[in-house]
Amino acid sequence: MRRRTLLAATWAAPATALAGCATRRRRAADGSVTLRFQSLAWQQESIEVNKRLVREWNAAHPKVTVEYVQGSWDGVHDQLLTAFEGGEAPDVIHDASDDLADFAYGGSLADLTGLLPRALTQDIPEHSWRTTTFGDGVFGVPFLQEPRVIMADLDRLERARVRIPTAGEPWSWPEFEEVARRLTGEGRYGVAWPLKEPVSATLNLSLSTGGQTFHRGADGKVTVRFDAAEQRVPRVVHDQVNTDRSAARTTLGMGGSDTLPGFFDGRYAMVPLGFSYRQQIVQQAPRGFRWTVLPAPAGPGGDQRQGVSPQTLSIAEDSPYREEAAAFIAFLLRPRNMVRLALGDWMLPTGRQALAHPALHTERRGWATGTALARHLRSAPAQSVRGYPEWKDKIATPAFQEYYSGAIGEDSLRHKLVADGNLVLRRYQR
Amino acid sequence: MTHPIRSRPRSRAVRRRAGRAGQYLALLGYLVFLAFPLLWLVSTAFKPPRELASSHPQWIPDQPTWDNFRQALDEQPLLRAAGNSLLAAGSAALIAVLLAVPMAYALARRRSWLSRAATGWVVVSQAFPLVLLIIPLFLLLKHLRLIDAMPGLVMVYVVWSLPFALWLLTGYVRALPPELEEAAAVDGAGRLRTLVSVTVPLLAPGIAATALFAFITAWNEFFFALVLLKSPEKQTMPVVLTHFLGAEGVADLGPLAAASLLATLPSLLLFALLQRRISGGMLAGAVKH
Repeated sequence: MRRRTLLAATWAAPATALAGCATRRRRAADGSVTLRFQSLAWQQESIEVNKRLVREWNAAHPKVTVEYVQGSWDGVHDQLLTAFEGGEAPDVIHDASDDLADFAYGGSLADLTGLLPRALTQDIPEHSWRTTTFGDGVFGVPFLQEPRVIMADLDRLERARVRIPTAGEPWSWPEFEEVARRLTGEGRYGVAWPLKEPVSATLNLSLSTGGQTFHRGADGKVTVRFDAAEQRVPRVVHDQVNTDRSAARTTLGMGGSDTLPGFFDGRYAMVPLGFSYRQQIVQQAPRGFRWTVLPAPAGPGGDQRQGVSPQTLSIAEDSPYREEAAAFIAFLLRPRNMVRLALGDWMLPTGRQALAHPALHTERRGWATGTALARHLRSAPAQSVRGYPEWKDKIATPAFQEYYSGAIGEDSLRHKLVADGNLVLRRYQR
Repeated sequence: MTHPIRSRPRSRAVRRRAGRAGQYLALLGYLVFLAFPLLWLVSTAFKPPRELASSHPQWIPDQPTWDNFRQALDEQPLLRAAGNSLLAAGSAALIAVLLAVPMAYALARRRSWLSRAATGWVVVSQAFPLVLLIIPLFLLLKHLRLIDAMPGLVMVYVVWSLPFALWLLTGYVRALPPELEEAAAVDGAGRLRTLVSVTVPLLAPGIAATALFAFITAWNEFFFALVLLKSPEKQTMPVVLTHFLGAEGVADLGPLAAASLLATLPSLLLFALLQRRISGGMLAGAVKH
């Protein structure tokens, strides 16, 4: 991320000037055009769906050919930044909403307002559109998202005779803590928090307790707060690891996949993970392992909100074929196609019609639980905060890691996040 | 009275043997430490998904499988990517060596303020981080119409590896006794002839080391290849390997390990071929005869 900031700050201005010399692609004499669509799909099922949709489009639109370009999540920000500055960006860009702020504010992405058909804009709920709205413009179409859920060992839950929560009746945070304690003992833990990247998980789950973390003042400037509402979820994790020891300490530095062996082995009864991790569980779980998907605990009043950064489709500002690109996006995100993309990625579609598809309401593999959570998903708190990447990397990540491991207390965490953090944000908001 | 005198050499010999055994043990530990990632990669590449997620990982898979290799080769164009990488890395290594040999010779033998300044610049140029170079390079290559073109990538790799190659080879040239070149000059050889017939053969270990360095640098390079090549059919191995990675570091571990293992083979093979020459070069000049 530091590299990202340095790269952007150092070269954006002169590079933009030079990029003005970019040769613009022209329409062929017969009016046909070629669009480049960079997809970040990486799982085989997902790649196949994307490629099939491109083929279907090309068959139906001989004058607007779409060329599928395989991108990669690894390094996508730097790759796009270089392509934007060099005037060589793909026309249609697959990314995630939390990666768009710099590009949107920097003028690299086209404002989609008025470009997309009404059917699509109305099908996706307002709170999803907020994830791609920066300033007055909309710079991407949010189309796939995943809530954080709890993957649970069903046998252990049943043996402990705890209430199995549902999307309609989730656990409260205190109930979750109690269950984790009951599931702990004999060298086994109630829960494993994979918090290698602790910031987004903490901030997104804190929405359920009313924690916003970033507060926009009347002057439009954002400040960090870490008050009672923001402290609730981090305190649960901290106490589970350090006080009642119902959470494993060793998983704090792990990624989600790293916790699965311990989950399958019965060492952890519950693991909070992204919804799409179900695919790995299906592939890797030993035969006979019974697991289930539970909703994340709810805050006061049953508040199940949580932050998400959906996957997005955007159009490059430099693209000479914006209307054609918008038409392709609209095709790709027709309800039926959105369902195919969602199933391929094991995620949830944002569109209401797609969400209503029966394939996403089956109890099998936890689809129904996730689908029921979709209406509670909100724009991640950090979504449009300029300076968030630096705040996250330099301040929040080490601070949360120290707090969760018990090296510092809540006061110290608060001081770091707020006092040090606001100094960072202030530089971006002068 | 004679006992202590006799036992002294024996105990010294025992100590020496124990010391030697300790050295070998330390060396073995170091070798295992160095080889661990590669051995683990081999083990992972042959494990089925359920063994990959086992909480009691084993070195030798219970049910070894070729499925990861099959899946990796089916899902991604690994052979094509390996061909592209081979072309890029091989060309970059060849060109870097062809340029570095005469340049290093000039820097080592022509002692003047200019050669000192050039050597200084070579060292300083290593200090520029990649991120400062990528956008200017991108724009430059775009003006030369070398974006999404293998020659553009090769050019970048040559520029990227040349400073270190030059620094490495200059050291090798300096270590050669100038008397040999003087003898060639006395026999009537010109500078070029001396370079080709006398210096280059003696420099073989250095050239091998430089070529290996340039090849491996280019073979493993990811970011330039990601940014400069757009067409799927031109992508190199490191870029294709990232297609087994999802957002937030989620990975398709088995096929990724299998593909990574295949990707390390050319470097290992090249090292095995050149290893004798390189170690020969490193030892050259260590002992005066």
